[in-house]
Parts: sequence; structure tokens; C-alpha cells
Amino acid sequence: MARVFMKGCEAMAEAAVRAGCRFFAGYPITPQNEIPEYMSRRLPEVGGHFVQGESEVASVSMVYGAAASGTRSMTSSSSPGISLKSEGVSYCASARVPMVYINVARGGPGVGSIQPAQMDYLQATKASGNGGFRMRVFAPATVQEAADMVYAAFDYADRDRNPVLILSDGVVGTMMEPVELPPMKTEEEVAAIKESKRSWAIVGHKLDYAHRAWIQPGQWSTLLQQKENEAAAALYESWKSDARAEEYLLEDAEIVLTSYGICGRIAKSAVNVLRREGVKAGLIRPLTVYPFPYGAYDRIDYRRVKGILDVEMSIPALFLEDVETAVAGRARISTCLCSGGNIMSRDAVLRAAAKIMEGN
Amino acid sequence: METNLCVAGFGGQGIMALGKILAEAACDSTDKKVTFFPSYGAEQRGGTANCYVVISDEEIGAPLGDVMDDIIVMNGASLAKFLPRVRPGGRLFVNSSIVKDEIGRGDITVVRAPVTELALELGNAKVLNVIMLGVYVGYTRIIAPDIVWNAIEQTLGSKVSLLPLNREAFRRGLALGEAAREDR
Amino acid sequence: MAEKLVYTRTKTIQEDKVSGFCPGCMHGTVMKLIGEVIDELGIIEKTACVLGIGCCGLQMDYMAYDNITSPHGRACAVATGIKRTNPDTFVFTYQGDGDLASIGLAETMSAANRGENISVIFINNGIYGMTGGQMAPTTLLGMKATTAPKGRDPKEHGYPMHMCEILDKLTAPVYLERTSCNTPQNLMHTKSAIKKAFVNQLEGRGFSMVEIVTTCPTNWGMDALGALDYLEKNMLAEFPLGLIRDRTKEA
Repeated sequence: MARVFMKGCEAMAEAAVRAGCRFFAGYPITPQNEIPEYMSRRLPEVGGHFVQGESEVASVSMVYGAAASGTRSMTSSSSPGISLKSEGVSYCASARVPMVYINVARGGPGVGSIQPAQMDYLQATKASGNGGFRMRVFAPATVQEAADMVYAAFDYADRDRNPVLILSDGVVGTMMEPVELPPMKTEEEVAAIKESKRSWAIVGHKLDYAHRAWIQPGQWSTLLQQKENEAAAALYESWKSDARAEEYLLEDAEIVLTSYGICGRIAKSAVNVLRREGVKAGLIRPLTVYPFPYGAYDRIDYRRVKGILDVEMSIPALFLEDVETAVAGRARISTCLCSGGNIMSRDAVLRAAAKIMEGN
Repeated sequence: METNLCVAGFGGQGIMALGKILAEAACDSTDKKVTFFPSYGAEQRGGTANCYVVISDEEIGAPLGDVMDDIIVMNGASLAKFLPRVRPGGRLFVNSSIVKDEIGRGDITVVRAPVTELALELGNAKVLNVIMLGVYVGYTRIIAPDIVWNAIEQTLGSKVSLLPLNREAFRRGLALGEAAREDR
Repeated sequence: MAEKLVYTRTKTIQEDKVSGFCPGCMHGTVMKLIGEVIDELGIIEKTACVLGIGCCGLQMDYMAYDNITSPHGRACAVATGIKRTNPDTFVFTYQGDGDLASIGLAETMSAANRGENISVIFINNGIYGMTGGQMAPTTLLGMKATTAPKGRDPKEHGYPMHMCEILDKLTAPVYLERTSCNTPQNLMHTKSAIKKAFVNQLEGRGFSMVEIVTTCPTNWGMDALGALDYLEKNMLAEFPLGLIRDRTKEA
């Protein structure tokens, strides 16, 4: 497969199409506009449908409708717009409707800044809407990972009948990199996927009360609601073994940098610099931020390690909360942070690492 | 080996196209890692435009460096903004038609090219970015010129009528860059 | 003389399920009319009902055909998603006034403006039902609501919204009509309006909406008959019945 040079947003959109996504609704917001723009020209080519919604709220509801009728469907936005999507995503989670959505995150809170940031971590991983539902959340660091994760997300969404979130950012979304695109599903494959959902999809059924399609984002009966929540909790629990992280040069590490998404690759390049300077540095970069790869942090040799460095483009530190849980007091954790749309500086990471190595 | 380039100028000077063509050429012709990162702002027109290209043998961290190996500067405002970020020993390619300022740094190489004037000579001010791309490629030899030319052709796409103009622009730039390289 | 069957219940409503509606409420009446129309058109196997939030969603338990509950106000957006990806499925929304005209105003207007090929059944009873009688965009001037205890005051709350007339300002909608279920004649006319809206979609004509002016005896604080009187004297004075737009022939 030849590599092509593509913008992150466009690679994610193309990967979705190749995974069989045939419906997209979205609303303009920087820096994710290339996703709806790409979809508006690409989807009609493959018999799909694009709608520019009147808002993020409407767009995610359109996706809820399209996905509830069995079509692989996606929406995307950036931070403030993701907040608005939370209504529809919660409905999808409750009604067990599979869909995929992408956050090309920017600075916050509020309208924030249109430049890249990682300030939606807790929203993405802990509470993307009301009602305590969970989602698989993937955090790509490269255009290749972004495309691969979007492609895989549709399978996970269908398998679980649950929303899946791609937590990218303004760098991954707007930069161009070489990418090998995943294979295009054939029309037959796409049709077969839709057909496999026919029993529950809201497309019309023979008159038979018991077997009608009934897409319910809630229950009148409290007992039934509790049962559904228990089933959902069991589903979320089953994901734990799917937690993934890139573990890099951990074995003899005396300092471990940990970071995700765009910051993760900057931290990795800092590890390479440190190693060249003779510092035994390692890296843990979660690829899934939900489920969180707590186990990776158990593979740190805490007898050797002088400290952990949490690197994230968020002030206050948010990713830190999961890192603290994972490290569980076994080592001191320092932070290297930036925010407001500023991109993490490798030099700043190196300075923070030096401080740890000096014992400060 | 990693090369880290920043291209900066006015909006409308083809800054993004310059960076993108170079990055695309690197992607097409090598197994190297390459990133192109456009800085984006809220304004749709005017203002400064800049983008970053990193070409590397190993995995790239940030698609923009804290310090740059090379910068291409098309206007005065960009010089002031980016000059301090060139590493000692780095290279500055400057549009000398517009930027007349003293550079004031002895620790970097400066390549001056009057690309606005040259573009006007060729009869189209828009090709200044292609001339500057030629200068950069001719001087640095970062990618073979014919590969870069292929990328230019691809970018022009169906606008075949623009090919001769752009070919000439690229050729002039290359010659300038190669001459400057000889003079080192 | 042989027996002649003159009436049977529509099978679209599940017999062993109990309606959750208050005495005198017209939701059940309208759902029955809708069911009859679906039966008569023979489209049950391809019907998808998009329910709003509020009392308009109470029948989800006893409608025997496909349905989905949308987020509050988003029914027209959900219907858009279903219809665009399944043009052969018959999609209608069933929404109350709070849902369609307040929280869902943007979704309603935008779907109508895009001319989505869907049918909208809009139940206007001038009040929020399920949440307990709060003021709606359609609440009449002077009408008391739990959030307008002194009655709707135009200086503070503005005026009742006329959704048919508002949508009539758009170019795309094909058919807009306001009906009621307060008399047998009006009820029969409502049924034919529903049928027209449904046929429009089946024939690919575009956006149709039937606004049905109904009662809410419970939250109006009246008995069923008193509510009928109130509807005739007050609701219909504010919301006159009739055809607002019919571009069926041109569409």
C-alpha cells in the first residue's frame, strides 16, 4: 500500500469512509472543518450522505437517527462543539446505538483558543454526557494512528453497540503526514454490515409488537433501567483487557515520561534526546485513554526510577489524575504543562526531565 | 538526521503551498518521516502566514521545532518574529526584494534572493513562492530538484497552462540557490 | 342477513398495553388516527416513528411498530438521519409544542427549510404536560401555567407562537395545515390531513406538517368537557384551523 501525504482531518474522514461510514453530519468549528468539508464531497461518491446540521446538537441527533437505522455514521467537532454533542452521545450510549465521533481538541474552557490543546481529557474519559456511561476513547499521536483508530472504532462501536470517541487535537487534525490508508470495504461488505443490524434497526418491521425496532434511550421502569445499567457496566468492565499503551524503553528507565496524543510523540522525541545524552529515560503513551492502561505503569521498575514526568497540553493537569491512580504512590510525579493553544516544547520537557534527574 | 524548516510571510504569498510542495516531495521520494504543519489563525485574509516542515530519518516529535534549522522569510514582520528561533549554524533564506533589514546575526548563513522582483520579471507576482522553493532546494539539496518539480506539477493539476511559467520560476530559483551554494 | 364488519381496532396499537394518558387527552386519539392511516396505506412494515420528549412519548410502550425516542426537540434531526440513509423507510415525527416549538425550534425550522422528505405531526395543547403545566411557546395570553402563575403576560413572556405560519415563511415546505380533534368532523379532517402529509412523503414531495390543536385537561385544570369548551373558545381563536400551505401539486 503506497503512502499518501494527508492532513489528519482528511485521513480520519477517508478512513471512516473506508470503514463503511455512509452518513456524516457536522457543524463548522475550527480546527476540524476539513472533516465535514471532505465528507461533503466524498460521501456522495460512495452512495453515502452528508448533512451540514444547524448545530452540533442537531448533527449528533442526525447521526443518532442514521446509526439507529443501521448505517455506520460519524460526526466530529472541536472542544466547545463536543460539549454540545454530549446530549446525543448520551442518548446513543443509553439506547445502545453504535456511532463514532471525533474531537479535534482546541484550547478551553469556553470558546477558548482555536489552537491545539488537550484540555478535554476528563470530559472525554470520565463524563462525555449525563448518566455515567463510558466509551472507548482512542488518542492518536500521528496521522497514521488517527486513520487506523477511526477505522477500528467502527468495529468496536458495532461490536459493543456503543459510541466510540477519537480524542485528537488541533495538531494531529491539521498537520500533514504520510499515511497508509486502511483498505476500502466493498459495497457488499458495507451492505452486509447494515443488514446484520436489521433486527434492531429502525427501518420498519413486520407488525409484531415483540419484534419491532424500539430504540429507547431510557426506561419507564426503574428496575429495567437498573438492569440495563448493570448490563452496560458489565460491558465497560469487559474492555479492561483492551487497554493499550506504547511502552518505550521502560526496562531500565530511571525517569519515565508519560503523555498521550500529540504530547506523547513530543515526549517520545525527548526520550530519544535524553537517551543520546546517556539518561535512561522511558515512555508510557496510552493509545486508549479509556479504558486506561493502568497495567503499563506496573511495568516500571520503581526501584530504579527517580521520578515520573506527566507531559500534557493542559493547565490544570488533567491526564495526571489517571497517572496518579496508575502510579499509586510508587514514585514521585512531576508535571510539564502548557495550555491556551501553545504547543508543548521539547526543550521544556527536557528541562523538566533534567530537574527530576538532579533530584529536584 | 532531521531538518526543521519554517516558512513565513504575508497571507497570499503562497507560503503554505511552498511548505506543502516540499513536504509532499519528501513523502513521495523517500522513506523519510515528514510532517507539514500549517499555523492557523482566525483571520481568513491578510496577516502573517507560516508553516512548518520537518523531514527526518527517525520518528518526528513535534511537527515544529523550538528552534529551527532553516527559515524562509518573505516579509519583514516574519523576519522579526522568527529570526531569534534559528539555531546557531542555521540558515535563513530571505526575500531580499522586500526585506532590506540588516540581519544582525553572525552565527547563521543568510541566502538572499530577490524573489518578488524575479517573479515580476517573469510576469506573474504569484510565482515568488516557486522561485523561493527553487532557491531553497538548490541551496540545501534536501530533495532532488526533479522530485520537487513533480510535486509542483501535481499541485498545479489541471492548470497546464501555468506549467511553463512555473517551470521557469523554479529553474531561476534553483540556479540562484545553486550559485549561492557554490559561493559558500 | 350476514354480519358486516364496520369497525376494527387498528393493529398498530398493542391491545394488551395500557395507555398512560389522562382522561380527555387527545394524544391517544391522534395516535389512533395515525395508526389507521398507516394501516390504510399499507406501510406498517416500513414505518419508523420518531417520538419527542414529553407526553408525546408516552405511547412508545403501546405502539406496535418501530419507534425511536429522540433527545428533547431533536426529532426532526433524528428523522433526517433515518430518512437520508433509508429513503424507502416512512419516517414521521410526533412532537408536542415544548419539543417542537421551544427546545427544538432550530431542528424544526432547519429540517423544514431543507425540505426534508419527512412528515411532522405536531400536537399543540398550549402547555408542557409531562413536567407539570409549565408555560409553552404556544401558551395563550392570560393562560395560567406553573411558571406563569399570573397568566401569560405579553410584556414578560411574549406572544403565542404560530408554527404553521412561521414555517409558511420558508420556501421548501410542501404542506402545512392546522386541525383539531374537538368534533367528529374535525377529527375526520385531521385524519385526512395526516394521510395527505404521509402520502406526500411516500411520493417524495418533501416536508409536511400537521399541527393538531388539542387539550390538556389535567394541566389546564379542567375536566374533559370543560377543556373542549376552552379549546373551542380560546385555543381556536388564537390558532385558527385551516390549510396554511399546499404545494402538493407543484412538488
